Amino acid sequence: MSTQSNAISESRVDTVAVAPTAIPAMRLLYWSVRRELWEYRSIYLAPLAAAGVFFLGFLVTAPHLAGTMRKASAMAGMQMQEALAKPYDMASGFLMAIAMFVGAAYCLGALYNERRDRSILFWKSLPVSDVTAVLAKACIPLVILPLVTVAITVALHFLMLLIHSAVLAATGQSVARLWAQTLPVQMWFMLLYHLIAVHSLWHSPFYGWMLLVSSWAKRAAFLWAALPVLAIGALERLFFNTSYFFQMLGFRLSGDEAAVAPVKDWPISPMTHITPGHFLLSSGLWTGLIFTALCLAGAVRMRRYRSPL
Amino acid sequence: MACIEARGLRKTFGTTVALDGVNLQVDAGRILGLIGPNGAGKTTALNAILGLTSFEGDLKVLGRNPWNDRNALMRDVCFIADVAVLPRWMRVSQALDYVAGVHPRFDRNKAEGFLQKTDIKATSKVRELSKGMVAQLHLALVMAMDVKLLVLDEPTLGLDILYRKQFYDSLLNDYFDHSRTILVTTHQVDEIQDVLTDLMFIHRGRIALNCSMDEFESRYAEVKVSLDKVEAARSLKPIHERQTLGRSIFLFDRADRHQLSALGEIRTPSIADLFVALLGNEKAQGAVS
Repeated sequence: MSTQSNAISESRVDTVAVAPTAIPAMRLLYWSVRRELWEYRSIYLAPLAAAGVFFLGFLVTAPHLAGTMRKASAMAGMQMQEALAKPYDMASGFLMAIAMFVGAAYCLGALYNERRDRSILFWKSLPVSDVTAVLAKACIPLVILPLVTVAITVALHFLMLLIHSAVLAATGQSVARLWAQTLPVQMWFMLLYHLIAVHSLWHSPFYGWMLLVSSWAKRAAFLWAALPVLAIGALERLFFNTSYFFQMLGFRLSGDEAAVAPVKDWPISPMTHITPGHFLLSSGLWTGLIFTALCLAGAVRMRRYRSPL
Repeated sequence: MACIEARGLRKTFGTTVALDGVNLQVDAGRILGLIGPNGAGKTTALNAILGLTSFEGDLKVLGRNPWNDRNALMRDVCFIADVAVLPRWMRVSQALDYVAGVHPRFDRNKAEGFLQKTDIKATSKVRELSKGMVAQLHLALVMAMDVKLLVLDEPTLGLDILYRKQFYDSLLNDYFDHSRTILVTTHQVDEIQDVLTDLMFIHRGRIALNCSMDEFESRYAEVKVSLDKVEAARSLKPIHERQTLGRSIFLFDRADRHQLSALGEIRTPSIADLFVALLGNEKAQGAVS
């Protein structure tokens, strides 16, 4: 008991000496993001598990890699590259798809679950503003998930390259050719660019919309997110017999060609695909970002006004 | 400075009037009990004070408008809105980390000191704790924050009597120091009778009684009267009368203590009895009309 009271009286002195009045905004955001990662561990566990499954699959098919290399050696430059890089492209594509599902599931729950389990009353008892809370939640699909995906994909690619190299070395084939054709470092930069440009910036309206629905829905956030979209498309079809809305969604989902040059001029170096200047000037990017900002502003307002369920 | 000041505080939900022109002033260093039946407007009043709901009229908490200036206000105000609102997935250590990360006046050592006196382990998740332990954890977090106003809305609902007693004991012994203000609502009113410095009854969105506990003790008196003195007691205009075990218990408001002492032993009534005396009738009348 006496040691406790000593500790308490000492700590009182500390607080008097420091006398902090406010916590910097970045620190509030940092802790808010961290707590999202505590609550929604699937943000990194799902991609990790997916990477594990993919890696097992890769191991099972590893004996075939030697044969693929033999066939590829006879091909022209571009085809050879495609053939050798195929498992790596599949790995990135698989993890990106997983990340999109995780992002959607996260966004639909992020502002809904805290109202349903009433924990929002605890969060609101602390000096963290609704703006900070919503921004932290938006950071998950827009910043954290792309970075997590890049990190896990790079690690997976690296392990695959090691196995791949071992198989080639064991069968007396050129390991150097594999690394020269797949150009891992460039592949990874390309991946990082793609995830930021397409999965974060270009797809941001989807995540913004789902966060808004999540902040507003009293139940079944998924249905509320999907049904209006389907309804608009169906009504357009019914009244105008057109499908611009669905086309727009498809265009949005498939990613902007402005971000990455068309595949037809697949050149020697994948780095030349990247056209950030073009992408940053495209109106589609900016209308999307404005829509996202409006959705997030709406979510902030909803979080302020909505009471727990 | 007044900690909470309300003038003509109103809040309506559609046609339902939750708060109907409430005026109140709570000075710093008080422990105010806000007592009322379900649906009386207690929680709405607390939500307005905490900036969780918009309102009409004037309301200042620590000199700020809680709805417009909520972010700044929450550095000086904390609340336990309900039992078991701590996120169930959270670990005790995470709760400490998080609050230490975002609260400028949180003293982690102090919180850990409080937790050492309980059976709560730092690695436990909230969902693994009993309801009473969750309340202990929440209280430990809140008591380690150096805030000016603490609001407790039914903080002990559903806890067993030991936890309830312990809750208020720690609040008084380890936390309250006359520079802080505590606002508490509860249905277990008798348990906090000795804790409060001020008492407020709220009924149908209006303040039905507002007095300090000193005033309460000098103003209200309860006398247990044997049958032969019942008529004499009635002539002194009691505000309430009830029967128990062949005796009548009368409750008086501002009655002459000398006259009362002739009837029997004078006691301070319980808050619950006064509540029934003042609002029980009104409720019954309301039901009839």
